[in-house]
Amino acid sequence: MQGMMPGQAPPLVRFAGVQKTYDGEHLVVRNLDLEIRKGEFVTLLGPSGSGKTTTLMMLAGFEVPTGGEIYLEGQPIKHVPPYKRDIGMVFQNYALFPHLTIEENVAFPLSVRKVGKAEMKERVQAALRMIKLEGLARRRPGQLSGGQQQRVALARALVFNPRLVLMDEPLGALDKRLREEMQLEIKQLHEDMGITVVYVTHDQSEALTMSDRIAVFNNGIVQQIDNPHALYENPVNSFVASFVGENNVFSGIAQSIQHGFCEVMLSTGHKLIAKMGNVASVGSATSLSIRPERISIVSGRASVEMPNHLPARILKSIYLGDHALAVLSVPGEGEVVVKIRSDQHDLPADGQTVAIAFRPEDCLALDPVQTNLLAGASGQVGKITLSKSRTKEGSSYNVKI
Amino acid sequence: MKRKLKRAERRRQFRSLALIFPLLAFLCFAFFGPITGMLLRSVEDLEVRRILPNTVAALASWDGRDLPGEKAYAALAGDLSVARANDTVAIASKRLNYSLIGIRTVLASTARKLNALPEAGRAKEVLEKINPAWGDHATWVTIKGASGPFTSFYLLAALDLTHDTDGTIVGVPEEQAIYRDVFLRTFIISFSVTLLCMLLGFPVAYLLAALPPNRSNLLMIFVLLPFWTSLLARTSAWIVLLQTHGVVNDALHWLGIIDQPVRLIYNRFGVYVAMTHILLPFMILPLYSNMKAISPAYMRAAASLGAPPATAFRRVYLPQVLPGVGAGCLLVFILAIGYYITPALVGGGGDQMISYFIALYTTDTANWGLASALGALLLLVTLLLGFAYGKLVLGQQVTGGMKN
Ligand SMILES: Nc1ncnc2c1ncn2[C@@H]1O[C@H](COP(=O)(O)OP(=O)(O)OP(=O)(O)O)[C@@H](O)[C@H]1O
Ligand SMILES: [Mg+2]
Repeated sequence: MQGMMPGQAPPLVRFAGVQKTYDGEHLVVRNLDLEIRKGEFVTLLGPSGSGKTTTLMMLAGFEVPTGGEIYLEGQPIKHVPPYKRDIGMVFQNYALFPHLTIEENVAFPLSVRKVGKAEMKERVQAALRMIKLEGLARRRPGQLSGGQQQRVALARALVFNPRLVLMDEPLGALDKRLREEMQLEIKQLHEDMGITVVYVTHDQSEALTMSDRIAVFNNGIVQQIDNPHALYENPVNSFVASFVGENNVFSGIAQSIQHGFCEVMLSTGHKLIAKMGNVASVGSATSLSIRPERISIVSGRASVEMPNHLPARILKSIYLGDHALAVLSVPGEGEVVVKIRSDQHDLPADGQTVAIAFRPEDCLALDPVQTNLLAGASGQVGKITLSKSRTKEGSSYNVKI
Repeated sequence: MKRKLKRAERRRQFRSLALIFPLLAFLCFAFFGPITGMLLRSVEDLEVRRILPNTVAALASWDGRDLPGEKAYAALAGDLSVARANDTVAIASKRLNYSLIGIRTVLASTARKLNALPEAGRAKEVLEKINPAWGDHATWVTIKGASGPFTSFYLLAALDLTHDTDGTIVGVPEEQAIYRDVFLRTFIISFSVTLLCMLLGFPVAYLLAALPPNRSNLLMIFVLLPFWTSLLARTSAWIVLLQTHGVVNDALHWLGIIDQPVRLIYNRFGVYVAMTHILLPFMILPLYSNMKAISPAYMRAAASLGAPPATAFRRVYLPQVLPGVGAGCLLVFILAIGYYITPALVGGGGDQMISYFIALYTTDTANWGLASALGALLLLVTLLLGFAYGKLVLGQQVTGGMKN
């Protein structure tokens, strides 16, 4: 690192053209380039089987890349065994040692590093204080609740001040409320301690809440690496648009392109104006992507500021406290979900014929949605379904597109 | 209402009891019965009491010092002539001979030479004339000691102990002391076999637990295959392999490693090889089930926390398989101390275990008392170990497993 210019610190972690196959035929990770800076909270987000865990395991040292190299602080680590990497890891099932007490579990990484007795005691105490479990130091993992075990796993992975902390769906086994609580706690720890975190999840809202940057995986390829805002506002393709946040899709053909906008004709003959995404060229098929909260339900006709205007019929509307959702059917396009402010007094009545409108800059023309490409991305394609479920934590909804 | 409920409850309990009744009856009949019988036999002492009833009665009031009175001599003379008529002298003399070697001939010759009952008051004189042993204090102490109905004689004998003529417990003369050696040998062989099974079984169990299911199933069949073959067949197979011109010797000779056949069987080596082979599955199975329950995530966690493989193994893996190791070792040890057929077939004279002597005394010499006493001691050791095993297995349920 001698040759580095000041202020241009090398990234803490760098994946350079990393490939991984388990069976010799099928690439689970294809050509991964990813840089992680010190102090960053980076999330690997993607559907099941997209290669997130594999990527994390290669970084931790439990899997060896088939091709490419991984650098940690500028040093290649492909052949460094896991126990020499100084990387803390939180496992999905916590993997707390059942024969040791909480205290002994947290002390484990220190004792294998031969830290002195007094210092060890002090650091373990500090770590237990940090997770607010000082009182349970003498208990065994089996006598703790899931959330408490999660905290202990966190303390154990942080107590030896690792260069990097990896977490593979650490909150997957917790219920919704606890999960949200822990998200904030982990985020707080990250900010207070300045640690670098690589976090794996397939829950996009978790990723949006916690991350500095998100790498969206699909089929072993990173589709986009960006901060949450950019990812939500400017998805590079229709997979990212569908996977991150809720999304409505209209499909059509690009008619003309000018000034970064393109005109798209739907199958019903309606024309819409959308911001240019990665649509190939005039004449090619495209999917228009628009967020539910950017659509308005209107009664008037198309205007200059609202050129995008489609007739629709209200199928049902659902009141959700802070907002409401309306499901509409648009001829030729199936169902569209619209998010509306719940303080509007006139929630549309079911069966009412209305129109929907949205601004061209809120609408992105992207590559056509391919059903097979998204196989495995559960419920991200096809028709919008809306379900409302009542759980212990209150009511929640999920819109699947 | 309450009564009705209770009655229904009782009827249900009764029905379930009726279902297990056949098993219960079988257990009582085939298990508890013989064991109780054996335990009883190891302490009961009825032969002398049955054959020489009047003598036993007359000796009851004897204080054991000096010689008994004329009454006892007369009773003995009477008992002996009845016994001779019934041809039962040998039964009593066999039992008495266990306690005092040589007394058999004294009894036999006396019975033979005692043509008519001695006149009243002269019994002592007559008997001492027939055999001067009747003037020995030890002869009478032996008869009194064997007059039953219960005795500690067999249990003491099984530990190479006996009562001397004063009634204190002392070791038997060195040339007669064998059982302590045999017990020691039994424990040494069992312990060595357990250790061998542990050393050989641990890696196999580890492999079984680590391999993907399809391949571990195949391996498991190899482990279980010996289970499905008869014990005798497996032991004989070892004889074929290890004998002087057996497969192993021939192979070694052909390879030029040895010039003379090596003695591989009818010695301790053969016993170790055959017993370890037969008992190995009993080590592998508990170890495997223990190891299977340990998630590989633990070892990964240990590595990610900075523990090199050896440290991770010692501090994370080993403590978690310890219950399985304990269970496997106890199981093998308990089975090994009761082993009979394998050492009998592939061992030499100096490799026979306690069961061999139990079999010897039941089948050959019909010394039921001693056989039972040896059996009772073996049972005691097994029960103690079984108790420890139960504790360990219970402990395993508390500590094992992974909560998520
Ligand atoms: N040890 C392995 N041997 C063979 N194939 C594997 C192994 N581990 C993972 N795979 C395969 O690699 C692909 C990617 O797996 P990976 O575990 O990285 O997915 P993931 O993104 O973590 O998914 P999830 O969200 O379900 O955890 C999957 O198709 C999986 O079947
Ligand atoms: Mg995973």
